[in-house]
Amino acid sequence: MSRAGDGGPATAPGLTVRNARLTLDGVRVLDGLDLRLEPGSWTCLLGPSGVGKTSLLRLVAGLIGPPEAEGAVLADDGRPVAGRLAWMAQTDALLPWLSARENVRLGARLRREPAAAGRERADALLARVGLADRADALPRALSGGMRQRVALARTLMEDRPFVLLDEPFSALDAVTRHALQAEAARLLAGRTVLLVTHDPMEALRLGHRILVLTGAPARLAEPLVPDGPPPRAPDDPSVVTRHGALLDRLAGVGEATETAEAGA
Amino acid sequence: MSRLLRIAAIALGLLAAWEVLVRATGVPPFILPGPSAVAAALVDRPGVLLRHGAITGLEIVLGLLLGTLLGGASALAMAAFRPVRRWLMPVLVISQALPVFALAPVLVLWLGYGLGSKVAMATLIIFFPVASALHDGLRRTDPAWLDLARTLGADRRATLLQIRLPAALPAFGSGLRVAAAVAPIGAVVGEWVGASQGLGYLMLQANARMQVDRMFAGLLVLAVLSVGLFFLVDAAVRRLTRWDADSDAEADVTPPASEPASPHHHRATSPPKRQGETP
Repeated sequence: MSRAGDGGPATAPGLTVRNARLTLDGVRVLDGLDLRLEPGSWTCLLGPSGVGKTSLLRLVAGLIGPPEAEGAVLADDGRPVAGRLAWMAQTDALLPWLSARENVRLGARLRREPAAAGRERADALLARVGLADRADALPRALSGGMRQRVALARTLMEDRPFVLLDEPFSALDAVTRHALQAEAARLLAGRTVLLVTHDPMEALRLGHRILVLTGAPARLAEPLVPDGPPPRAPDDPSVVTRHGALLDRLAGVGEATETAEAGA
Repeated sequence: MSRLLRIAAIALGLLAAWEVLVRATGVPPFILPGPSAVAAALVDRPGVLLRHGAITGLEIVLGLLLGTLLGGASALAMAAFRPVRRWLMPVLVISQALPVFALAPVLVLWLGYGLGSKVAMATLIIFFPVASALHDGLRRTDPAWLDLARTLGADRRATLLQIRLPAALPAFGSGLRVAAAVAPIGAVVGEWVGASQGLGYLMLQANARMQVDRMFAGLLVLAVLSVGLFFLVDAAVRRLTRWDADSDAEADVTPPASEPASPHHHRATSPPKRQGETP
């Protein structure tokens, strides 16, 4: 269905999360939740803040586990998921003492792989995100948008079939965000991507499928499937017409608090 | 450079005020000698001051090295192994509850009048600031970095040595600065309690003989020694943490190319979430 190129694997397998349970501070955030990520496509997870989107992502990533979190994470090809995931968070999480190139190579450094091998690939990836001439720069000398590009290159460097994105664009200004969304959609084509966001516009631009997570314990609504392949233009009719409806859906959930806000 | 000039100006100003005070009040020189008298004592027997200064300097540097090594190793061990933390932390706290000065006579009794007891004093006094600063730094690693390391398949050792340790260097640097500032105290107190050489010994002797100008000359050498050491350590720390925007005030890196970077980029957390106003 999607382009298998860009150095990535030919369409990545799908991913299924079964019976996810999560308790945080005694509150049951997730209880028996099932989540399906279609092979080689972007699934966007929308929901009001605090509903458990990030927790669900962390559960998939294996960053939280028993006793507070449980759930089976299964790949379609039957092989284990651990070690085949790449993770990109809202903060770029670049190590300030390493150059852009070494930040891209961080995984190899941490796994004590030979230095020479990854250097060229890291430089090539930096070139692909438009930072060919900043490979030796320290993160502090880079702008917020550039740093998130380095983080994207670091994510690509791992060349994993499953990619988890936790609001990676939300801290950026509108113009940089717009450019980076398109870049990410292009560079991560063919992979199975889960993007957590609270921005309906972002979900509509990037998602093959959009899931809305609401309630406590949180439930998933029927997936929304916008027309046409992502990345869609912000003025694409299928984006514009659904934006309002999606906003309503999200707002409807928090009605109790929203009315209080409106009345104040 | 302007920093050096500023320091020179401060020193000159203090000396001038001192001389003025002495002349204006007419304090007898055996109570408070003026800077000119101290300078005379300084050039009177430069060899003696230099020899004793070298001894004290050696004690301080050895203590600093040993204390930093022990403190750093303890902090690393506490961060790496839970049982070590649970057993070593109380020891650390107790070592701080005991005034080190009270231990000085015992140390001299055990280690003798020579270098050993003074180095031990300096080491003891340095150990805690270094160990606690590094341990604190190791505990406060940005959780986003730790999450990232886990998804990148890093083991505990790689995470400690390649992420938590470098991230703790600025905190370690602050501990080291404190250590450099207090190290001379340890050495001199050790010399006061029992020694046959060193600046502390020299000053004690001069004081007993009412040679206050000589005492001040010793004090001056000690001050130069301490300040020099502090700046040396400070420069080393700056070099080590050049990447850290917060610990390097006089940054000389190229500014961001396009959008301005937020000042606390690597600590940045989520942007303020819209909170519903409480009615």
